[in-house]
Amino acid sequence: MAEPLLSIRNLSVQFFTYQGVVRALEGIDLMIQRGEILGLVGETGCGKSVLARSILRLVPDPPGKITQGEIRFKGEDILRVNGKRLREIRGNEISMIFQEPMSSLNPVFTIGNQMAEVVILHQRVKRDRARAICLEMLSQVKMPDPDRVLSKYPHELSGGMKQRAMIAMELSCRPALLIADEPTTALDVTVQGQVLTILDDLVRRIGASVLFISHDLGVIAQLCDRVSVMYAGRVVETAPVEALFARPRHPYTVGLLQAIPSMHEERDSLMTIPGVVPRLIDPPPGCRFAPRCAKRFEPCDRVVPPLSEVETGHAVACHLYPGAPEDATRKSVGAGEDG
Amino acid sequence: MWDTFRKERAWQIKEFFFTLRLLRQNPSAVAGFLIIALVTLMALAAAFVAPYDPIRISLGERLRPPSAAHLFGTDELGRDILSRVMYGAQISLRIGVLVVVIAGGCGALLGAISGYLGRRVDNLIMRVMDVILSFPPLVLALALAAAMGPSLNNAILAVAFVMIPKFARLVRGEALSVKEKQFITAARASGAKSLWIILNHILPNCVSSVIVLSTLILGETILIAASLSFIGLGAQPPTPEWGAMISVGRKFLLDQWWYATFPGLFILVTVIGFNIFGDALRDILDPRIRR
Repeated sequence: MAEPLLSIRNLSVQFFTYQGVVRALEGIDLMIQRGEILGLVGETGCGKSVLARSILRLVPDPPGKITQGEIRFKGEDILRVNGKRLREIRGNEISMIFQEPMSSLNPVFTIGNQMAEVVILHQRVKRDRARAICLEMLSQVKMPDPDRVLSKYPHELSGGMKQRAMIAMELSCRPALLIADEPTTALDVTVQGQVLTILDDLVRRIGASVLFISHDLGVIAQLCDRVSVMYAGRVVETAPVEALFARPRHPYTVGLLQAIPSMHEERDSLMTIPGVVPRLIDPPPGCRFAPRCAKRFEPCDRVVPPLSEVETGHAVACHLYPGAPEDATRKSVGAGEDG
Repeated sequence: MWDTFRKERAWQIKEFFFTLRLLRQNPSAVAGFLIIALVTLMALAAAFVAPYDPIRISLGERLRPPSAAHLFGTDELGRDILSRVMYGAQISLRIGVLVVVIAGGCGALLGAISGYLGRRVDNLIMRVMDVILSFPPLVLALALAAAMGPSLNNAILAVAFVMIPKFARLVRGEALSVKEKQFITAARASGAKSLWIILNHILPNCVSSVIVLSTLILGETILIAASLSFIGLGAQPPTPEWGAMISVGRKFLLDQWWYATFPGLFILVTVIGFNIFGDALRDILDPRIRR
């Protein structure tokens, strides 16, 4: 198996607050192959954005701290590189698109200025060459009249245009990995469709991998190759898209899929999962989903279920699936933790 | 070139004219602006308009009361007070502008660094600022000017030093709010250095409040500089500085009221002009009141 572009092993992030230690991420295992789009789903507050930010070491510190684990990007542990190398990686090899395009652009500079800034930061080019690159990128994201857009201020563009400008900006250095943190959540549905098509198209063309974060399963199904499902700071299931939607294994994933209203059946109310997300200050000792799980049995409250493969490429962290014994490529994690 | 400029900056130009219209509708802004304009004009045109040489001594015309020949009268060396007041405007404005530029530059930079980096750096810079602030500004400026030796340049440096914390605290506050914005995280995510972010993202977002504070500080600066000169630590004779003129004129106050009165009047009016203009500018530029 080829070396993955990004592999995250046993990553834990904690926030030290006055109320206590919030265990935002615990024992995260994730990998992204070259040219692959990995979807990351989970409900609000489950740690998707924290995971995205820790890849670029952008977790605000204090109060946040990456307490253990490693993030290998092209074989290099991002958590251990020095500041200079980190800045080289940021924006050039890994770049990130944020949720709200309105606030991701500096209101006092024109789009052209900000885009050129990123290009100049990483490529040794003159300003007019940088401008040409920006123009080229803007037309790649199908921006109408890119020449004029360059001299516009962020507030003069619509949300969709801003997000497209962000995509153009973040892909202008041809990164190997793009982290997209709910890039379309703030946009309305029609614009969302356009932006996704453009993103998909462009990313495939330059051969970048994407970590695509969303809580919209529809978007994930349309865009991604593989999906990881997160719950309360842990990855509970990772599978190829088709497998996940056809044969969800983890009770949480099953519940999540059932909660999507279908056009074909009559239902009075939406399916919900009973209970609420656990507080991450003192999470349940065993499986974090156990208190809400209908299929809970004896070990669930005690032992953290390891993430283990049930079929090729499909891994689940649940005691219902004892799974294959540990193998070298997909190390089981979390078991040793106090949880 | 002008055309492309106009096209590229269309929004800013519109905004600028909108601000101008608001300013015109605000009576205190208009009054403040007129005063500032008059004083500036007077300073610029002093060499052409002033009826006499401000430092030419003619002992035959000592301490003449205001008359057609000498509108503001003459001083104890027979120098024309009107001419001296006009040249004095040059000096006072130069002090004001230099102090604001020095203090504003240093203060804004320190404040932005402090607010953006936070933690130890923030603590260090802000505690130093607190120390400076714990002295009454005039007293500290006085001590510094005295330590450096009496001269106009030293007085400017002393006053600038005293004014730094005001800018630093203002910009720090702004920086604290700006740094939480997403575009800062986005800039960091694209590999920008802290210094780059401070200079290119934090400071430009603080400019409007710094401008407002500058106009307010300018008035105060002129006052403090005049006070320093009054004590003899600022401009040295025969420089026609307003504060220095009052200082000498004080001795003649009982019999020759015009000597100290006219420079004093100009200090008063100029400072008021800057203050009310700054106040109005603050109101107008505040986006919450703006529309």
